[in-house]
Amino acid sequence: MKFALLCAAAVTAVSLAAPVAAGDLTINGSTTVLPVVQKAGEAFMASHPSVHLSISGGGSGNGIKALIEKQCDIAMSSRDIQGKEKTAAEKNGVTPQRTAIAVDAIVPVVHPDNKVSNLTVQQLADIYAGKIKNWKDVGGDDAKIVVISRDTSSGTFESWHELIMKKTRVTPAALMQASNGAVSQAVAKNRNAIGYLGLGYLNSTVKGLSVNGVKASADTALSRQWPIARELYIFTNGAPAGDAKLFVDYLLAQDKGQKDVREVGFVPLAK
Amino acid sequence: MRLGKEDCIRYLLAAVAGSSLLALAGIVIFLFLEGLPLFSTHSPLDFLGGMLWYPTEDPGLFGIFPLLVASLAVTALSSLLAVPLGVMTAVYLNELAPPAARRIIKPFVELLAALPSVVLGFLGMVVVAPFLQDYLGAASGLNLLNAALVLAIMSVPTICSVSEDALHAVPRSLREASLALGATRWQTIYRVVVPAALSGIGTAVMLGMSRAIGETMVVLMVAGGAAMLPESLLDPVRPMPASIAAEMAETPFRSEHYHALFAIGIVLFLLTLAFNIVASRIAEKHRMAGSSGL
Repeated sequence: MKFALLCAAAVTAVSLAAPVAAGDLTINGSTTVLPVVQKAGEAFMASHPSVHLSISGGGSGNGIKALIEKQCDIAMSSRDIQGKEKTAAEKNGVTPQRTAIAVDAIVPVVHPDNKVSNLTVQQLADIYAGKIKNWKDVGGDDAKIVVISRDTSSGTFESWHELIMKKTRVTPAALMQASNGAVSQAVAKNRNAIGYLGLGYLNSTVKGLSVNGVKASADTALSRQWPIARELYIFTNGAPAGDAKLFVDYLLAQDKGQKDVREVGFVPLAK
Repeated sequence: MRLGKEDCIRYLLAAVAGSSLLALAGIVIFLFLEGLPLFSTHSPLDFLGGMLWYPTEDPGLFGIFPLLVASLAVTALSSLLAVPLGVMTAVYLNELAPPAARRIIKPFVELLAALPSVVLGFLGMVVVAPFLQDYLGAASGLNLLNAALVLAIMSVPTICSVSEDALHAVPRSLREASLALGATRWQTIYRVVVPAALSGIGTAVMLGMSRAIGETMVVLMVAGGAAMLPESLLDPVRPMPASIAAEMAETPFRSEHYHALFAIGIVLFLLTLAFNIVASRIAEKHRMAGSSGL
């Protein structure tokens, strides 16, 4: 009994000592950006116990909408804000401020024995739409192309769908895999397969293709020569301030957030 | 005093037993609450009969016909492989095996059931898939046949142990009568023992199938995941559990896609329920049959 009282007293003392208003940041938006923010967020909360982050995905559009309606403090987005959204924001007295936090670069991959080493964006789109079905049509052996794609709800699929497919449909015959690891595994085990991976997941069991003659690397992705790359953003209402600034600074720090960016498979921003 | 204690324990046990019922009811209600909203915007006919599954398009296309066919095809093919294997193993273990062989084989068959499905899935990915590509000329080793093979391995233990119980329950007097009439051992097995245990074997088959149709990890890993109608055994397919598992994590909460995945869950639930009802019906018939059932 005495012990319990002591405990209660200790808890009261600690809670009195803590800052009265604990910061609470709500973050919502793109599922592509989500893994970075989640990973960085965990480490951030460990080092900043006074700030609590509640992070949820729901798509870029939902995130920006929530920011406009003042339902979140930070919106994650894999695209820039649109004109319509800007007007709606102004009407609500919100001024969305964009901060790039990483570059998402995707590399088409084939089996190491495949003769093909370069494809154009158009050829990739035709292969994934099911229009080009044989490797001989793009300079390879006479063999059926096995199209491997990511699941439609993944952020990597979203990028591919937008940057290569230009929002047209991926053939239903495509083998949908649930993770970068599964795609890599499936391509490594099949000499007629083509798949795509986040640049950070490229490994020696598969062969990364060059696209339009450009080789994929962090440098070509950052200089925007690599055609399948896009910046990932977070939006805040006005310039980040207070707790939001703490978190944004953390995300952009080379030895902190940018390390997490690399770990989840994206390209860190150049210094 | 003593009565009080007895009552106490009785109520406690009743409450524990009731809690599993409560959990089931809760899950079913939740499943329907989250799945049914889809049908306010999409007709059940388009959902079940639609050929295109493009859930993230705007507007999304939620046709699960290829997924449904994939699930049924994988289950049917795997039972085609697993039923003979399981039943024949059970016949051997119960009727023919010397005690020593039985002591060795039976634990191993049961151990097969203890293998985590992700391990079997991995096996399918790195062993079966390259084999199907290199020797059967499959465009991709991740396909219907691969999934069926791995699922068959998973359902053999269920089918085998339930069939064995059924064979074991066949009265000794039947076997003795048959042998006394001059039938050989083999004739006794296939004319008397197996027919007498047939309803129990039927239960075993249904339970094995319901295990196969609900299995998620294996089909996610080795079925290939293409949402189209298979034209051959070597075509990739996307069974329903694989779709739910792959897409649920990243779909926006309470979006149409989210509701559609729960609606698939309802379909899956109804299918397994049907399998289990059929299984228990067969089992009931079996119980009434006894030795006079022949």
